[in-house]
Amino acid sequence: MASLDRVKVLVLGDSGVGKSSLVHLLCQNQVLGNPSWTVGCSVDVRVQDYKEGTPEEKTYYIELWDVGGSIGSASSVKSTRAVFYNSVNGIMLVHDLTNKKSSQNLYRWSLEALNKDSSPTGVIVSNGDYDREQFAENPVPLLLIGTKFDQIPENKRNEVLTRTAFLSEDFNAEEINLVERKAYFLSHHSDRAAGEQR
Amino acid sequence: MFTSQVLFFGFGWLFFMRQLFKDYEVRQYIVQVVFSVTFAFSCTMFELIIFEILGALSSSSRYFHWKLNLYVILLVLIFVVPFYIGYFVVSNIRLLQRQRLLFACMVWFTFMYFFWKLGDPFPILSPKHGILSIEQLISRVGVIGVTLMALLSGFGAVNCPYTYMSYFLRNVTDSDILALERRLLQTMDMIVSKKKRIAMTRRQMYQRGEDQNKQTGFWGMIKSVTSTQTGSENLSLIQQEVDALEELSRQLFLETVDLQSTKERIEYSKTFQGKYFNFLGYFFSIYCVWKIFMATINIVFDRVGKTDPVTRGIEITVNYLGIQFDVKFWSQHISFILVGIIIVTSIRGLLITLTKFFYAISSSKSSNVIVLVLAQIMGMYFVSSVLLMRMSMPLEYRSIVTEVLGELQFNFYHRWFDVIFLVSALSSILFLYLSTVFTGNIIVLA
Repeated sequence: MASLDRVKVLVLGDSGVGKSSLVHLLCQNQVLGNPSWTVGCSVDVRVQDYKEGTPEEKTYYIELWDVGGSIGSASSVKSTRAVFYNSVNGIMLVHDLTNKKSSQNLYRWSLEALNKDSSPTGVIVSNGDYDREQFAENPVPLLLIGTKFDQIPENKRNEVLTRTAFLSEDFNAEEINLVERKAYFLSHHSDRAAGEQR
Repeated sequence: MFTSQVLFFGFGWLFFMRQLFKDYEVRQYIVQVVFSVTFAFSCTMFELIIFEILGALSSSSRYFHWKLNLYVILLVLIFVVPFYIGYFVVSNIRLLQRQRLLFACMVWFTFMYFFWKLGDPFPILSPKHGILSIEQLISRVGVIGVTLMALLSGFGAVNCPYTYMSYFLRNVTDSDILALERRLLQTMDMIVSKKKRIAMTRRQMYQRGEDQNKQTGFWGMIKSVTSTQTGSENLSLIQQEVDALEELSRQLFLETVDLQSTKERIEYSKTFQGKYFNFLGYFFSIYCVWKIFMATINIVFDRVGKTDPVTRGIEITVNYLGIQFDVKFWSQHISFILVGIIIVTSIRGLLITLTKFFYAISSSKSSNVIVLVLAQIMGMYFVSSVLLMRMSMPLEYRSIVTEVLGELQFNFYHRWFDVIFLVSALSSILFLYLSTVFTGNIIVLA
């Protein structure tokens, strides 16, 4: 059982975007009834059959590390959070589609996580400012997830979709937009996600 | 006069955008407008006090502006802000979406009822005032505001020396932090391995369940019952262990954060700035202890000070030190400076506290409500600080405050302030002591 390979994925984003609900949905196949503030880090595990049905089928444990807090936290919180960022295989960046600032903060989240990654390419990371080159050489795959799509009124949906398309281009990441409470949607996407992390 | 009000409005707007709503999108502009208006009118009151001391503008126009300002502020604090708070709270609850206005009005009426009831147990009114007079409203607003001020000052008086003085800092080494971090990661690994077991067991049960459906016959049924029972018993046991471990991981995380921040404070205290603040901290703590002492004496001996510090200071220098100088001239300038300092520090302190509070408890849903609540608190705080400031001003400047605010029992407010201040200071001392004791224990057990 424990001899299966493991894949560690960080789930990052501002408070209240829906990371805990997302993780719960992915791992328990149920909607989280009463989400509450995540203190520290909460981990959940999903057993994923990579490339199911093909001869290369392999079963993995995907560990989803849901790190709580906001990007503007005190430096003591940030340095404590850094212990969770070791040896990461992939990062899921979650933002709230009804809240523009949460997408803008994703740059800073990814910088925080990647700075702590012992990157073998030795990229010198600039302080705080966004630099596209960092992400081009980034060995860690990124997945961009937008939540609460159903809470956006019909007329604004196109505008939001174009904005997030630009965002995912900047990150060189794949993008998924989620509607609350649609469990069947996710099993397909999590397979893609497992493929990304490979 | 009005230009300065516009200036204050702009400042409140900026503060809102830059500080409070840094991480949120402003959807309802009305919230921002209400907040800035409250801020603008509160600051205008302070400005009027300064003008009073400086003697700028004519006396009648000052009086007019005072009255105008007061009416507007009371209107905002008692009618506008609570109504909008009710409106936004009701909007968040999905069931009542349809008749938002109706429910908001109901909430407002309950607020008014409690607001009125608030005045009953306090001896704040002389019987010659009518029901709907300004004094009724101000007295109640004053009570709430004074309570808030006293609570905040009490806590601040205790917390300030505790934060600034390095005497209270525990000695934290890097190895302590590393040890805690290692424990945290170990706990997380244990949680992960247990969750893997749960996930794998569930998956096997699910697969076996599918096979089970194909099995028929007597023995098949019995086998299915026993195997699933032991499976789910195991699961619930492991789940309980996981819950306990998760609780432990949260506590370890908080502990580590605490140690990290203590380490940063130690490093800061070794710098030049840190040493300067440490020094100030000693003086400030003496001042705070003196204030607590004075509050106790005021209550025990049932006296309220009659003269303000400026006149007292001047009296002392004139009588005991024999220095002769023009009392009128100097008292005006000194009281201006003193009042100015009090105003600026209290505004700044309040805004910083409100910002911290806002970051701690807001989320994208409730941010509107919380900002309005903060605007309400801010308005009441400023009104009652004007009330209490009357004490710090020499007699000739007190008159306009007394005139404008009507005949309130000012002595009662000062007494009430002292009582709440004392209670708040003592309970914060108790609270801080308990928190240090508890965190100390957790480290010892580690």
